[in-house]
Amino acid sequence: MSLSKEDVQRVSLLARLKLSDDELTTMTEQLGQIVSYIDKLSELDTEGVKPMAHALDLTNALVDDEPHESLPREKALQNAPRSDDECFRVPAVLGE
Amino acid sequence: MTNPPYDVIIGLEVHVQLRTNTKLFCRCSTEFGNPPNTQTCPVCLGLPGALPVMNRKAYELSVKTALALNCNIPNFTKWDRKQYYYPDLPKGYQISQFDLPMSENGYLAISSPDGEFEDKNVGIIRAHLEEDAGKSMHDEAQGLADTRIDLNRTGTPLLEIVSEPDMRSAEEARAYLQELRLLLTYLDVSDCNMQEGSLRVDANVNLHVHTETDEKIATPIVEVKNMNSFRAVERALHYEVKRQYEIWQETGNRIGDVPKQTRGWDDNAQLTRAQREKEESSDYRYFPDPDLVPVTITNEQVEAFQQQIPELPAALREKLVDEFSLTPYTADVIVNQGPEVVAYFQSLAEHTGDAKQSGNWVQGEVLRVLKEEDWELSEFPISAEGLADLLKAIQQGELNNSRGKEVFSEMLSAGTSAADAMAALGIEKVDDSALEDLCREIVMANPKVISDVQSGNEKAVGALIGQAKQKNPNVNPGQVRQICLDIINAL
Ligand SMILES: [Zn+2]
Repeated sequence: MSLSKEDVQRVSLLARLKLSDDELTTMTEQLGQIVSYIDKLSELDTEGVKPMAHALDLTNALVDDEPHESLPREKALQNAPRSDDECFRVPAVLGE
Repeated sequence: MTNPPYDVIIGLEVHVQLRTNTKLFCRCSTEFGNPPNTQTCPVCLGLPGALPVMNRKAYELSVKTALALNCNIPNFTKWDRKQYYYPDLPKGYQISQFDLPMSENGYLAISSPDGEFEDKNVGIIRAHLEEDAGKSMHDEAQGLADTRIDLNRTGTPLLEIVSEPDMRSAEEARAYLQELRLLLTYLDVSDCNMQEGSLRVDANVNLHVHTETDEKIATPIVEVKNMNSFRAVERALHYEVKRQYEIWQETGNRIGDVPKQTRGWDDNAQLTRAQREKEESSDYRYFPDPDLVPVTITNEQVEAFQQQIPELPAALREKLVDEFSLTPYTADVIVNQGPEVVAYFQSLAEHTGDAKQSGNWVQGEVLRVLKEEDWELSEFPISAEGLADLLKAIQQGELNNSRGKEVFSEMLSAGTSAADAMAALGIEKVDDSALEDLCREIVMANPKVISDVQSGNEKAVGALIGQAKQKNPNVNPGQVRQICLDIINAL
């Protein structure tokens, strides 16, 4: 299976990425290669094989409900492109 | 009135914040009302390399709730990433459950004491455990079209409870929500505060329109959001049903003809409005979260959780009717007040030995005061034992019910025992022979009443009761009446 330009356009929209036409062409080719490589998996006969939920053979990693200290607010906000004294600031969110 | 030519089909999705101290995947506090962004850490901020670890308490509360909803608890469950690209969840996905939820296939029984609808079980498709998003606040004050983000709530454990589309009216939907909230209160797994957002409701509604050829045609499903109270849910559903029938008559659109629509309830305007769709937002592209390992539970562990579940509302209603001989109505009123009021009633009934009298007093006086004062039962100053002393005095004829209510008020305002309050009001038990003497004196002073009663008009004796009360306010009117009749009949 190869990817169409429309597929990549749609995925980039979902990821909120704005790609130029050149980038879109490059991405379509590169992503397409990845997807067709993964497609190799479907050559395997998986009849009767249970889907795997996790790569590790490990379950029940649970911890107790005891609070730890949170980050100081300045630290929490420090990497944000925009913030005020209290909050992260982002462009207006539509659809709320 | 003829029935409308359609069935109403309603399914509800309820999100409940679980009562944990910390978030679902990190140990930040979940306390409500703190300054913005003071409860975050690398995990809930979605910083690279931070790893989530599941909160045991959240999982346990989910299992208990699911069991109370008669759900099956699979032995194996896992968590998935649901792609969600909004700034109130900075990871870019929500950790939720897709194909292997922690519970499924339950039901919740609903009933209507005043017969608005027939008793039924509303199916529960599934209840699954997921994380909450943060809060977005629109800041138009400074003329900036900015959104401010508070991530304190991000990662708070939510149980999403998805019903089957089994409700056939807005009234049934309201009853389902009330019963669900009551159940959660008895389980003590959530504070269910709709104002604080710890209980949120979305509704899926459509119609099955009956045609002349006896076909039923399903109309497009609409999801209704933004309902901030149970009353709003009821009104929004009424509105939506009417609106959808009008659209059906106009367009004839069937399910599948148009994409599923999301509408928001506007409580001020009392109508629903089409919401702008989040672009492509329904493409969630779930996949198993590699950062979290699955959770397994044995049948024995499930059984152990089952043992921890307290008596639930439906069983308690039955118990109050069967074992305490309350009317279904009184049982319903008491159970709907929550487990504390039920315990108070049970204790009162035990101390007085009269469940009916106890039920009437709880339903009448106690609940009236709680409502007037806006008190929780824990704030109510009269203990069950204290009230029982008063009710026993009434049983023994030391005072009648209406004098009893005066004593009750005195106990409340003065904070005293029944005995002290009765003494303060000058209520003493009237000695039997003194009462007999008093009645004889009054009878003899009223020859007209004697002859009226003797000629068959027993009601005439009523005039004597007032006179007896004037001479001694503590006399029991019923007793006075009986004694006077006995005296006259023996003349
Ligand atoms: Zn955190």
